[in-house]
Amino acid sequence: MEKTSFRQRFKTYVSHLPHPGYFRAGLVITAIVLFVIIVGIFYMPYGPTELSPDRLQDPSLLHLMGTDKMGRDVFSRVMYGSRVTLLVAMGTMIIGAGCGILIGALTGFYGGALDEVVMRIMDALFAFPNVLLALVLVSLFGSGTFRVMWALGIAFIPSFARVVRSEYIRCKHMDYVKNARLQGVGNLRVIFVHILPNVKGVLLSNLLIGFNNAVLAEAGLSFLGIGSQPPYASLGQMIAEGQEVFFRVPSCVLGPGIVIVLMVLGFSLMGEGIRTASGTLEE
Amino acid sequence: MDRKEEVILEVNHLTIEFHDHDTPERVVDDVNFVLHKQEILGIVGESGSGKSMSALAIAGLLKRHALSLSGEILFDGTDLLTCDRERLRSYQGDEISMIFQEPMTSLNPLQRIGHQMEECLRIHHKEMTKKERYDRAIRTMTAVGLDDAEKLYRMYPHELSGGMRQRVMIGAATIARPKILIADEPTTALDVTIQAQIIALLRKVNVKRETAILFISHDLSLVRQLCHKVIVMQKGRIVESGITEEVFEHPEQPYTQALIEAIPKVEL
Ligand SMILES: Nc1ncnc2c1ncn2[C@@H]1O[C@H](COP(=O)(O)OP(=O)(O)OP(=O)(O)O)[C@@H](O)[C@H]1O
Ligand SMILES: [Mg+2]
Repeated sequence: MEKTSFRQRFKTYVSHLPHPGYFRAGLVITAIVLFVIIVGIFYMPYGPTELSPDRLQDPSLLHLMGTDKMGRDVFSRVMYGSRVTLLVAMGTMIIGAGCGILIGALTGFYGGALDEVVMRIMDALFAFPNVLLALVLVSLFGSGTFRVMWALGIAFIPSFARVVRSEYIRCKHMDYVKNARLQGVGNLRVIFVHILPNVKGVLLSNLLIGFNNAVLAEAGLSFLGIGSQPPYASLGQMIAEGQEVFFRVPSCVLGPGIVIVLMVLGFSLMGEGIRTASGTLEE
Repeated sequence: MDRKEEVILEVNHLTIEFHDHDTPERVVDDVNFVLHKQEILGIVGESGSGKSMSALAIAGLLKRHALSLSGEILFDGTDLLTCDRERLRSYQGDEISMIFQEPMTSLNPLQRIGHQMEECLRIHHKEMTKKERYDRAIRTMTAVGLDDAEKLYRMYPHELSGGMRQRVMIGAATIARPKILIADEPTTALDVTIQAQIIALLRKVNVKRETAILFISHDLSLVRQLCHKVIVMQKGRIVESGITEEVFEHPEQPYTQALIEAIPKVEL
């Protein structure tokens, strides 16, 4: 059998989603944001921390989003800030989803006393809103880009652990799992090779939603001044800095604000697009 | 029929009790039987008579701590009820295999057929290369009557019919050439013509691979066609056993007579 190209397979996958339109729209928006971020790695019109005497300029061809109160080019700062925000959100997801999957899989599969203890701790953590929990953690760890990433990552563990756990509880009694055990397959292999792929549909939409929450949480924390530290601002912090000049140069706030909205919108739409797909990613 | 009367499985005083309720519930009660090399042994009995429980005990799938198991199940000189887990696991899939009633749900929906066919080899025969596993999978698939094995190898379970899936199950269960295959109502979910094909396939596996089969069914006419010996169970106990023809011709117990009379008199 000839192998179908990835492109072809991806197209078929998308067209079989419950809402392909949403997914495509989300994909386009995300692609635009990513494009801006990637270009920013190689080229920015000005240095993101480069000061100039042209303060508080309105948008022009020289400064697409104007300049802030220190004369820094807002567009360049947005390019840089989106990169920071994206990396923090991705790091958050890797920590939160990684640990969440591990905890959810083991507790869901084994059950028993381990499950009881770990899930009660998770429930206790889950009772706090993510941002609040992250705030507590930041006040323990101290602020800074990486610390915020860890704080948010840990704050996100419970939501993933819960979802994955309930999926494992559902899956572990399935015949194919029974069948795997009959073949002498060990527990860990059952958990990570046999069951995990069957959880990925649910996981994917949760990843997209979680990513949004991470972007917003990071922006919120930065807005409060405990995210990444100046002069290397993330988007949330730019909004916080820009608000005092909002009425003179609105683009100081609108620029980073729009990028946050686009990031969240892109991922939400993609998440919505795959929402009811129950994990059958192939053919 | 010239079989060597070599015993490969010996079940002695197997008793299984549930303790979920106040009074312990005995679902398998002092079951004794032997399975000889290359023999097909049928187990019949009404619903709830403990057939599946006995089978699961032999396959090592009952959680030892959740219920009380006593007696012994001797395979290769080892008591499967008390041996350590590693030992048990080394037999599962390699020496003792099992297939279930529901071929629709017994396959992993997100793994390719070929991958699932090879799982036993991956677990028990780590010395085999990828190529060797592939070749063996293709040969086994062809042997269990799946045409176009190369194509099927790359497909997913939802693309297959129930009969094909049951063939895949049988193939996957026998790929490592087990000595014993337990089939718990393997044809119940299939229509009559497919049933007959699966029965023929089991017979072929039995003859060619010299695999002993423990065949569990409500369908006495299938048991009569396929099995050399038969055990009749009622309420967890064995009420009658013997050579299939003799039991069918001269049933001693009224329960057995009733079961036999209940067979619809339609010749296939
Ligand atoms: N978790 C459990 N707790 C208590 N009793 C159980 C449990 N699971 C099964 N049983 C009982 O065990 C008995 C034997 O069940 P088993 O599945 O072996 O019957 P069976 O002969 O295979 O029936 P069938 O022909 O319907 O498949 C049944 O009476 C059932 O009620
Ligand atoms: Mg049964």
